[in-house]
Parts: sequence; structure tokens; C-alpha cells
Amino acid sequence: MNMDEKDLLLLQLLEDNSRLSRDEMALMVELEPEEIKNRIAALEEKGIIRNYTAIIDWEKAVNGEVAAIIELKVNPERDYGYDRIAERISRFRQVKSLRLITGAYDFQLLVTGKNMHEIARFVSEYIAPMDRIQETATHIIMKTYKEYGHSFSDKESQERIPYSL
Amino acid sequence: MKDFVSERAKTIPPSGIRKFFDLALTMEEVISLGVGEPDFSTPWNICEASIYSIEQGGTSYTSNRGLQPLREALSKYLNAHYGLSYDADREMIITSGVSEGLDIAVRAIVNPGEEVLIADPCYVSYSPCVMLAGGIPVPVPCVEKDQFRLNPDRLMENITGKSKALIINFPNNPTGAVMRHDHLKAIADIVTDHDLVLISDEVYSELTYDGTHTAVATVGDLMERTITLNGFSKAYAMTGWRIGYLCAPETICDAALKIHQYVMLCAPVMGQVAALEGIRKGENEKDRMVREYRVRRNVFVNSLNKIGLSCHLPEGAFYAFPSVERTGMSDLEFAERLLKEEHVAVVPGSVFGNGGKNHLRCAYAVSREKLKEAARRMEQFISRNT
Repeated sequence: MNMDEKDLLLLQLLEDNSRLSRDEMALMVELEPEEIKNRIAALEEKGIIRNYTAIIDWEKAVNGEVAAIIELKVNPERDYGYDRIAERISRFRQVKSLRLITGAYDFQLLVTGKNMHEIARFVSEYIAPMDRIQETATHIIMKTYKEYGHSFSDKESQERIPYSL
Repeated sequence: MKDFVSERAKTIPPSGIRKFFDLALTMEEVISLGVGEPDFSTPWNICEASIYSIEQGGTSYTSNRGLQPLREALSKYLNAHYGLSYDADREMIITSGVSEGLDIAVRAIVNPGEEVLIADPCYVSYSPCVMLAGGIPVPVPCVEKDQFRLNPDRLMENITGKSKALIINFPNNPTGAVMRHDHLKAIADIVTDHDLVLISDEVYSELTYDGTHTAVATVGDLMERTITLNGFSKAYAMTGWRIGYLCAPETICDAALKIHQYVMLCAPVMGQVAALEGIRKGENEKDRMVREYRVRRNVFVNSLNKIGLSCHLPEGAFYAFPSVERTGMSDLEFAERLLKEEHVAVVPGSVFGNGGKNHLRCAYAVSREKLKEAARRMEQFISRNT
């Protein structure tokens, strides 16, 4: 699909706030609401917009979860490379994100659970024993400062003076 | 005791918004559309460059003109983006913001008693700077009918035998007006015919939303008689760093440099280092901010028109300049009551000269959420009072 500047702007606006109304977006992007509808439909159709979700500070939520970054060293499979094993790992509900990365490890997972024990158990019972996993490293996330471009800090930015000409 | 204050200092009018400022400071939950600066912080790579340089001991004076690599980079940038060709070593000075640039530009060319034409409404320092130099400011009204552009006929009417220079600022603070090449051509002819110097404050040049900015010095034969002022405050969200620059033909530049050297010595080195990072690697961040301003402009100007404050679509800068005429209130009354009753701060247009009467300057360089809330409060105010 041929993306133009308006498409890119639309994606940026949605990534920042997916609850904008069609009319609001139309004003912002300088297109008719009908055109916005068509463009978004096309972006969804092509799988460029994958989903509309909320960014949640789980540390603040009542039943807070803990999260860990798990790194895995993996033996790739003949003919399939990493894809089949990635497919299997990604089926676990606990795995929130899964990436193939360069460096000392091959996969990087974000795993969430009720507490550290649950995550440790999940890794040792389900992930580590898998056939092609050579090595795991678990990093518990102690604090999240920024997620998907949104800062989790409640600190007000520095006060500006009310008037300047 | 004698009166210690000089006659010249006494001629300078006091700030038109002191009263508003003091009032706003006593209030809670004020949404301010009164600030002429970006709400973004300086892009972090720019801050990092400056911090690193301080850690390396970069805390000394620079040459009077400013860091050579910065001037070199600016010279290239101005050429690539605006088709301007200024020599980095002979025709450019790094100043402490455009404010200083304007002051030394005026002082470099104005003799006592000479008249300086000023496109009005305008930034508040132009007239005082002219008066401090012993000149006589002559406002030339720019009206809504002309989309607040400088009308050549109005300019002609105000030229006299004593006219020395013309100061313009497009994209404009407070109106957001932009002058394209065709509009400037007519002005250029008059300026050249009457042998005037043109001082062009282009600090909002990067914030031109439809099409690209026309650098005034590239129009007609203006190069030889134009002082171009620009700076980093608005486009790079660097207001507090105080970095601007003055570009002019060598003879004028030399004169301005003498004044700069005695009153400022040099612009702060930390700011110059930051500006260098900005000009070299700040393009993406700058573009991102400009895109955001444009989005905000579209939404906010639409809201203003909807609630009955008619507002032309500003083509540049980050100011909306709606008229309050239909409310029956003066701009001063509207702004004061809006602040008291709804805690929304806007600047009455008359602060920027007679041409700004009956208008409000609303800076939309605040977050979309705040703009939305400000518009809601303004609507409430209007429906209660009209």
C-alpha cells in the first residue's frame, strides 16, 4: 500500500491516542471524515493497525502484576529457523511480547505474572525445558519509567510563567 | 534627591500585561494560552550535547561573532532551506536570542530623529528598541481584511523623508500571518525605491504550515539592504537558551558586531553548543513539533470559530488571533474577565499595537487536552456573557 504523509500522521495520532473521534481526526489531518474512515479501514485491512489497546501502569493497578524480561538462547530448526519455536512460545498467555533479537541471546520475551514466583515457575516449568532452548536469563522488572512513548512519571513538568510575549 | 531615571528610559511604555500576569499568579488551575513559547522541552539530544560540553569544560567565552562551526552550519542550512547566501565569517553574528539581534540591528542603522516603519501588530520590543536608539517608531497597520499581511498601500502612506527602515515579522507574532513571495515582491519594490533598510524577524520561519517560508532577503534586490534575524527558540523549543543570529551585508554586520561586542561580548557558549546540535541533528524533532502545532492549529481554530470568535486560519507561528468584536467587549475587558471567571489566560491584542485591537492572541503551543478544555471554558464564558 502506498502510504502518504497523511497516513503517517494518522498512525502517529492513533498511536498516541486511539480514542480520537473520526471528526477530530478529520480536522487534525485536514481530510474529510469519510476519507478518514476509508484510510483507517485500509490500514486495518493491511494489518498495519493491529489493535486498539490501553497503556496500563500495572504497578498502580489494585491487583498489580509483576513483569520480567526473559532472554532465551535457542537452537534454530532446519528448514524453519526460529519461526516454529517462536510460534509455540507465543501461545502462552503469560507471554506479552516476543522478539527475535541480535546479540548474546536470540529471543526476548516480556512475561507477566501475579508475583515473582509465578514467573519463575512459568519459566522453569514451561520455557526452559523446551527442546531447543539452550539457556535462559530472567530479569525482573523493578520499575517502568516509560512505555510506548508514554512516560509513567506523575511529576508535573516545570511550571511555565502564565504570560510571555 | 535627583531624579535618577533617564528621560529615554521614561519614554518606554510599561508592559501591557503586568496586571494580567499578577492576577494569573494568584489563581489555581489556570490554563495559559498566553505564553509565546513552545510547551515542548528542548529535544533531549540537544540538551545532552550541551551537558557533555559542560562536562568537558566548555564554559568559556567564544569569539564575538560566535562559534565558527555554528556559523558555518547555519550558513549552509540557510542556503539549502531558503536559498540565502550569507558568509559565515563576514555576514553573520550569533546573538543572545532574536531580542538582542533586533536591538543591535536597530542601533547599527538608526540615527536620532529617523523614522522606523513597523508592521503593526507586532512583537512588543520593536518600538522600544527604536526609541532607545533615538528613532521614531511609525506603526503601519496590518488588518484582518488583508489576512494581517502588510499592505503596500498602507506602507506607502506612512513613508516620509525621514523614513530609514522597515521592521517586519512573518510568520507573525501575534497574528500568525504569513507573506508569500508575491506579497513580499510589492513590499520589496517600495523598500528599494525609497532606499530603506529592511529588518526581517523570521524567528517563526520553520513554523510555516502550507508551503515553505520565503526568506525576505531572497526577494528582488533586497539582499543588499536586508537584515535577517532568526533564532532557535521557537522551532527547536529552545527559548531559555537564548540563541539567535543576525545576518546582514558586511558593512551593517560590522557595525552591529561592534555593538554586540560591547554589550554582550558573545552569546552563551552552552547555548551555542546546543544550537549546533540542533542545526546538525535536530531536523526530525523539529519536524515532529511542527506537525503537532499544525494539528493543534486545525482543531483550535475550528473550535474558536464554532463558539463565535471568528478567526482567520493562521498560516504560520503558533498563535490564533480571533476577533472579539461580536461579543461587545473590548479585547482588554474580554481577556481580564476570561481570566477572572474561567481561569483561561489569553493576551489582549492591543498589547501588540493598535492593529491588534479587538483581538486576542491565543498561543496554541499547549497540549491538545488543554486546548480542548480552554475552548470549553471560553464557550461557557461567551454563552454567559452575550
